[in-house]
Amino acid sequence: MRIFLRRVVFYLVAAVAAVTLDFFIPRMVPGDPVLTALAQMKSAPPQAIQALELQYGVGTGQGLWGQYLHFWGMILHGDLGYSMSMGNVPVTKVIAEHFFWTVVLVGIATVISFVLGTAIGMLAAWRRGGWLESLLPVTTFLQAMPYFFLATLLVLIFSVHLGWFPAINGYDYLNSTIGWNWAFIKDAVYHGILPAATIVIASLAGWIIGMRNMVVTVRDEDYVLLAEAAGLPRRRVMWYAARNAILPQVSSFAMALSFVVGGSVLTEIVFSYPGIGFILLSAVKSLDYTLVQGIFLVITLVVLAANFLADLLYVALDPRTRREA
Amino acid sequence: MSIAERQASPAATTPAPAETLLEIRGLSVDYGLGDQPVHAVDDVDLTIHRGEVIGLAGESGSGKSTLAYAVTRLLRDPGVITAGEVRFYQWPKGSFQQPADGPTGAPGTVRPRTIDLLSPDPRVIHAVRWSQIAVVFQSALHALNPVLRIGTLIDDVLKAHEASMSGRRRRARAIELLDLVGISQDRLSSYPHELSGGMRQRVMIALALALRPSLLIMDEPTTALDVVIQREILEELMELRQRLGFSVLFITHDLSLLIEIADTIAVMYAGRLVEKAPAKALFRAPRHPYTYGLTRSFPSLHGERQVMSGIEGSPPDLRDVPAGCPFHPRCGFALDRCRSEEPPLLTITDESGPREVQCWRHDGTGPVPLELGATPPRADPDVARPVSRDTAGRAGRPEIQRRDPS
Repeated sequence: MRIFLRRVVFYLVAAVAAVTLDFFIPRMVPGDPVLTALAQMKSAPPQAIQALELQYGVGTGQGLWGQYLHFWGMILHGDLGYSMSMGNVPVTKVIAEHFFWTVVLVGIATVISFVLGTAIGMLAAWRRGGWLESLLPVTTFLQAMPYFFLATLLVLIFSVHLGWFPAINGYDYLNSTIGWNWAFIKDAVYHGILPAATIVIASLAGWIIGMRNMVVTVRDEDYVLLAEAAGLPRRRVMWYAARNAILPQVSSFAMALSFVVGGSVLTEIVFSYPGIGFILLSAVKSLDYTLVQGIFLVITLVVLAANFLADLLYVALDPRTRREA
Repeated sequence: MSIAERQASPAATTPAPAETLLEIRGLSVDYGLGDQPVHAVDDVDLTIHRGEVIGLAGESGSGKSTLAYAVTRLLRDPGVITAGEVRFYQWPKGSFQQPADGPTGAPGTVRPRTIDLLSPDPRVIHAVRWSQIAVVFQSALHALNPVLRIGTLIDDVLKAHEASMSGRRRRARAIELLDLVGISQDRLSSYPHELSGGMRQRVMIALALALRPSLLIMDEPTTALDVVIQREILEELMELRQRLGFSVLFITHDLSLLIEIADTIAVMYAGRLVEKAPAKALFRAPRHPYTYGLTRSFPSLHGERQVMSGIEGSPPDLRDVPAGCPFHPRCGFALDRCRSEEPPLLTITDESGPREVQCWRHDGTGPVPLELGATPPRADPDVARPVSRDTAGRAGRPEIQRRDPS
């Protein structure tokens, strides 16, 4: 329990630091969001400028420190300002709309890739020279390919030529209504298969290699030899090895999870998928500072949360990390 | 004899000599099958009797551990057994008693079951390993799975072999085993990293004894421990052996340790067994020049001051063992013959009884050098087992006969 509390405190401190950075970095970037917005207008009375500044939460004439405190106040109220490029809707609303798509698509794809790759790596290492090991060069080749090329290739083959899957979008904009109904879920899954497959294919090799190498190393450990010598059932011997070999995989998995939100930009662009990455790109393009800032904040918090989760998982898996230091 | 020939002939034709537990005949092990295989073990014969503590000494790379792993079929790739026979005699449990407690079960009435340990059928070795022959690995830190509790480790072993045992009885047995090695039962829920080095090795011994084996192979079990803990564990081990009546094959590079615990010592060099004799005889009156060098390479705590000499040179490359006797380049007593012809393992008899040595100096054709001809202590079954708790390492410690080679 003490360990748990210490981690919580650590991650709270990290979150404060992240929010602080998230506040200062956009302010060090040259350019003024309000002036950018005003440049699109013909005339700008001072009242209008002030109104805009208030609305977007910038330059409220309080000095940097005052702005910083104001920023914190907004965050704690769940207010991230308004997005200019999305038609003056609250940033939180924009993010909430798209966040779900990314988390479901990339999250599920990452989990599938991790589970599949780890299992293949385990079995490949256990039967050295078996057919599973010959999968390795193939998957490595697929991972080495530039992602956008691979994704475009798959779209070309499976959507354009074969017509099995839709090429773009997260659901059928014309015929579906968003909601928890069976037809919509089916439609969303149907649209998600191809982008998810590209993510799995492009990342599988890493999981296989990681696990295979660990199992090969761990197999030579005396405790595995002991398990074999003591006549433990085959599955139990494999468990002895796998249970230890998976530990580094868990850290990699946490890293991968933190990239779920931020690192999926390419996928979402190729497939015009309505996720966070897609709107991040458009926000950057249209200099929508509040939205960029909001997305960065969410990404940072997700990275922290994923790391926190991985830390807890690691502690649960490896008793050696439970030592009170 | 090749493996193919061995499999063709029925293994159990020779009757078991009385009280034999393990019989190794002509065992050879290579690492790698290519152009230059390493002959790690070369035509080794070794017999272990019931209740015997046999020490296997030799420097790193002499093949002592490989021999043990070959016998238990735990060789790792690319280790291959190329020739030999290994027979295990499975005596009914409880039929053995220490000589001190009276005569062994009436001879002739108890017959052992002969098991060919090199059988290609994996079920054969599975049935013997751990339940009859258990292994204590060198480093208990690495041999205990770091993510499992001690209780789980013991439970796994019991579960694998005693299918009928209930969870509660397995737990009771685990407590009993820990108690046997002097660890309190609340350690059942500890992880290996929470134990000290000595405790880990005790747990390892408890694991090995879980199924009441008749032979315990110990591969440098105390090397990683400090001398005080080392002594404690050895004394407890010898006590357990007395109580439970298992044999021990104790592998170490520390000859001085063996003199205290072993009945018989076998010395290996370059994959060959070069000398085998009762412990004290081997120590006080070595017959092989290599053994002689070993006995002079560590100081005695209690004997008179002596010149330590060590052994010149280094062990041979096992891919390219010198022709003739592999020890001749380092040997101060080498003859011309030693350079071309490898000596056979000769059985010679002296005051200590029959003993074996692989050296041309003892083939009876020439004079034996003074250094290799010391008079051993007389064979005496009670003295031959040197360790009892109070004498170990004190009065019981033998001295080195001092003679300068000239």
